[in-house]
Amino acid sequence: MSSNAQPVALNHQFEDLQQQYEAANMGMWAFIAQEIMFFGGLFAGYTVYRFKYLGAFIEGSNHLPIELGALNTAVLIASSFTMAMAVRAAQQGAKNPLLRWILATMVLGTTFLVIKAFEYADKYHHGLLPGSSFEGSGQLKIFFSFYFAMTGMHALHMIIGLGLIVWLIPKIRRGTYTSEYFSPIENFGLYWHFVDIIWIFLFPLLYLIGRDPWPIM
Amino acid sequence: MTTNTTASQTSSGDVSYLSASYGIKSWLLTLDHKRVGILYLIMTTVFFMVGGLFASLIRLELLTPQGDVFEADTYNKLFTMHGVAMIFFFLIPSVPAVLGNFLLPIQIGARDVAFPKLNLLSWYCFMVGGTLATFAIVMGGVDTGWTFYTPYSSTYSSYYVALALSGVFINGFSSILTGVNFLTTIHRMRAPGMTWFRLPLFIWAQYATSVIMILGTPVVAITLLLVALENLFRIGIFDPALGGDPILFQHMFWFYSHPAVYIMIVPGFGVISEVIACFARKRIFGYTFVAFSSLAIALLGFLVWGHHMFTTGQSMYAGMVFSFISFLVGVPTAVKIFNWTATLYRGSISLETPMYYALGFIGLFMLGGLTGLFLSTIAVDIHLHDTYFVVAHFHFVMVGGMVMAYLAGIHFWWPKMTGRMYHEGWSKASALLIFFGFNLTFFPQFVLGYLGMPRRYHVYPEEFQILNVMSTAGASILAVGYLILFAYLFLSLFVGRKAGPNPWRAVGLEWEIPSPPGPHNFDVTPIVTKEAYAYEEADVTRFGGNANDAEGEQIHQEEGAEA
Repeated sequence: MSSNAQPVALNHQFEDLQQQYEAANMGMWAFIAQEIMFFGGLFAGYTVYRFKYLGAFIEGSNHLPIELGALNTAVLIASSFTMAMAVRAAQQGAKNPLLRWILATMVLGTTFLVIKAFEYADKYHHGLLPGSSFEGSGQLKIFFSFYFAMTGMHALHMIIGLGLIVWLIPKIRRGTYTSEYFSPIENFGLYWHFVDIIWIFLFPLLYLIGRDPWPIM
Repeated sequence: MTTNTTASQTSSGDVSYLSASYGIKSWLLTLDHKRVGILYLIMTTVFFMVGGLFASLIRLELLTPQGDVFEADTYNKLFTMHGVAMIFFFLIPSVPAVLGNFLLPIQIGARDVAFPKLNLLSWYCFMVGGTLATFAIVMGGVDTGWTFYTPYSSTYSSYYVALALSGVFINGFSSILTGVNFLTTIHRMRAPGMTWFRLPLFIWAQYATSVIMILGTPVVAITLLLVALENLFRIGIFDPALGGDPILFQHMFWFYSHPAVYIMIVPGFGVISEVIACFARKRIFGYTFVAFSSLAIALLGFLVWGHHMFTTGQSMYAGMVFSFISFLVGVPTAVKIFNWTATLYRGSISLETPMYYALGFIGLFMLGGLTGLFLSTIAVDIHLHDTYFVVAHFHFVMVGGMVMAYLAGIHFWWPKMTGRMYHEGWSKASALLIFFGFNLTFFPQFVLGYLGMPRRYHVYPEEFQILNVMSTAGASILAVGYLILFAYLFLSLFVGRKAGPNPWRAVGLEWEIPSPPGPHNFDVTPIVTKEAYAYEEADVTRFGGNANDAEGEQIHQEEGAEA
């Protein structure tokens, strides 16, 4: 399949695979730019209220389990590693390693979401889910509104990412991706790393800065 | 911008994008950018009619000082739905998604946009968003104003607000996808020889618009999402009862919604450049300046949102900076106006219908733009804020500017899109009616606002009645103008004479292929060797250089030397 005269993977609107590759890559970067602005709105709101209600935000941080947050950070960084290896395998046209690395990424992503679900359940049981039954001050409720909006949006992006992996796996098994045509894997990698980087910012903002030196569970 | 493949472009016979396949399914699942453009054309027209209907009801109520047709609440819903339908579902998608989708790949010599599936998906996002918003209207209506200010839209609202918000949110994806698609297409899909400075100015305008769509839309998306969550689950981010800040909503909302004004108007600038060049038979004066002024407007547009909030209690110093930067937007805008005027100077002007709209645009948009300077002056704005002066100002920009530009574009490219000419007499009559009706509707509103009539009230003191009657009369004329327009454009599909590939003798790649174009635009990828507006040269070739002999010869020789 590597030596076809007219590559099957070339869409009709492009002249050649190089143009198609560059277009896909650029489209992904433009999409990531809009994602940054999307999360940027949340980060801006967070910053405004953090300045306004520092005390409540520190109290909120103290309610968050730092061990689980740290564990999840490690899980996500590991998933970025497996994703990078998957892209490398795709570039080399190595089908089986690609499949293994992408499955490893999927397992790590799922692990993250499971841990996150336990954290959410814990918040629910302690009455810290923003809503009419919230137990705490108004300012603390604002903190937890941001906590759930930001981590929820991040988790939604993780779920979409896992969905994309499910969509990619049969294509990988069919041998769609070769050393000449791997841009879907590479661009998915960009997306995955982007979602990881969001968490790299969320973890210190929500769990770490300003909290008491010794974690309180 | 001639190519060496003109002859072969017409060889594909009679198969056009319209006749390549038939049936509902071939349209609803199409990956052809031209068909997606037509789908957008149909649906934005529907929303334009819905929005226009609400506008008529508003003007009907304002005919008399008393509230004799609608209750205050109903009136609130009417102007809200008018704004939502017109801004999110007509103005924002009109030029980019209709004309841009149809023309952008053709003008740069590409077979399609970079991501045809995303392009179709963007239309479906638009449809889902539009359906949700329509559902919210039918079920109970939304009365927050199109700006969805908190706490109207959170603490004191019905759940239909959340429904309308999610409609606008999903519609935002349609904008984002279009922006990503156009940006990538312009960067990566240009035909050989189509350098950046040979691009038609319509493409430059679309490029600037795409940047705003990509960087602005996600911010309003997350903001509206937060309000919807607040509305549905009573979480509190903008809720003053918890210590939340409703003004923060306004900051985040206008961070998008001011640039959104430029999403609406900048592609209109692109249309006007094309039309003026064609009907003055001249290259656009100061091409580079016009191109970069679009980018300058896109950039400055992100730095002026605070001028919507002079009266909200934002810091005075922030207000001064916002006021100053708002003045700066006047510079690239004036560059455009001056350059169009300079293009007209000593041009061979012919007054076809698109030119009627383009000239109308220049005058009306200039009034709209200049009154914007009044509003960005803090001291004057304190007096004029939330009066009919503001309503008149943005209708001069949005209707007098944007809709006029859109109609100029529709009339200019209608023969290309459909292969048919519309009736010349009727089209000119309706253009004049629209121009006259528009002025009669909105000019009195400047006076009303200056005298102190506030917007968004269904009753007003009796001394304002004469001006309001004038405005309502104008709105009726405007409506008749639009109805005539719909009628002759629709009829032209059946009885219009065949347009031929280039009815305006215009230059540009889209005019070198048949009307309507074939499904893949070009049989052979064109090779571009000329600048975008080589009108002088085209006319010299056509008329044998008898009119402006010396000048024409000179240009001809220069071009020859270049080749």
